[in-house]
Amino acid sequence: MPELLNPQEKLTPDTFLRGLWEENPVFVMLLGMCPVLAVTSTTLNAIAMGLATTFVLVCSSLLVSLLRDWIPKQVRIASYIVIIATFVTIVDYAIQAISLELYAALGAFIQLIVANCVILGRAEAYASKQRLHTTLVNSLGMGAGFTLALLALGTVREVLGNGTLLGVHLFSPDFQPWIVMILPPGGFFVLGVWLLLFNWLRQSKVRRAAQFSGAPADAR
Amino acid sequence: MHAEPLSLIFLNAAIVNNFVLALFLGICPFLGVSGKKETAWNMGLATMFVMLVSSAAAYGINWLLTQLGLEFLRLICYIAVIASAVQLVEMFVKKTSPALFRSLGIFLPLITTNCAILGLALFQTSKEYDFVQSLVYALGAGVGFTLALMLMAGLREKLSLARVPSVSQGAALSLMLAGLLSLAFMGFAGLGGGHG
Repeated sequence: MPELLNPQEKLTPDTFLRGLWEENPVFVMLLGMCPVLAVTSTTLNAIAMGLATTFVLVCSSLLVSLLRDWIPKQVRIASYIVIIATFVTIVDYAIQAISLELYAALGAFIQLIVANCVILGRAEAYASKQRLHTTLVNSLGMGAGFTLALLALGTVREVLGNGTLLGVHLFSPDFQPWIVMILPPGGFFVLGVWLLLFNWLRQSKVRRAAQFSGAPADAR
Repeated sequence: MHAEPLSLIFLNAAIVNNFVLALFLGICPFLGVSGKKETAWNMGLATMFVMLVSSAAAYGINWLLTQLGLEFLRLICYIAVIASAVQLVEMFVKKTSPALFRSLGIFLPLITTNCAILGLALFQTSKEYDFVQSLVYALGAGVGFTLALMLMAGLREKLSLARVPSVSQGAALSLMLAGLLSLAFMGFAGLGGGHG
């Protein structure tokens, strides 16, 4: 029985929370970097992209989880991709109908959600093995974590690069915007600084834990 | 139709609007397989091959779907073609060079979800390039991808000998490097004659 080999997870708060912090798709697993860097030059774009990705992630995970007993192992990746592409097409047309302006700003990156490894990764590593309700909660958590990461980048880049937040001016007119922040290099720099921050937090946590347990702080 | 000269299309795709450093496409392999120059080179070549194949196929598919009025199926067809092209490359590499197959590891099947390739197919459609222009565009994109990957691999090989603070090891440092490279590539803006 293959079921015995990968036990199905029980629904706990951790099923949702893992996506936010411990297994955050962007900051910890470094997946789906392309949209993270490309559409976060303004906060609004970041939110829209996060929501669109979450929608595709949740819907495709649910469908994969529903069909998990019917999809043959050999063609599973192709099947997942087709499922994902279907939902992306829906999102693509929906955004086009809701706001042409937003559609133009996000450009090809809406269609490129297909190639977002977070979604395929979830389908392969989680949805294809777990039951429907845990999959729903887990993919919602992952989507929230992804949106959060996009927001973290988008706000920093918009505030520094344009002096605005969601289009509202924050500083006096004398503020010189750091143009480079909304240009491509800024995306790399801001994400790099966030990763530095998280590394530092994690390391100091480990060090503190070591001190509490009485072990020398940095035993080499 | 566009009357853009082929040389400009090539320059534009390879350098001015470099797929990795200016358009943020294909970041995952860019960070994942840029540890060693040799692997980076092979990955670049494999990606370039898949790009050329899928670009030619995407042109045909787009023509067919437009004839039939089924444009909404475009995305699904493109990704299916790319997945099959990657499968082809995978089988070829496995037969000809098992060592290379091992060193590329998981990143070989992951070319499927390399957004640079799907992005290329989508861009050439939205720019309405004809067949030859599409191929040149794909070649330029492949060269640009390989160039970025090689530059990064060279830098990271040097850096592996340097003493850096332990906080900044790994992805954080690579992203900073990528930022610097991207700044440098911005200097090429205007070379290709306007935005692509």
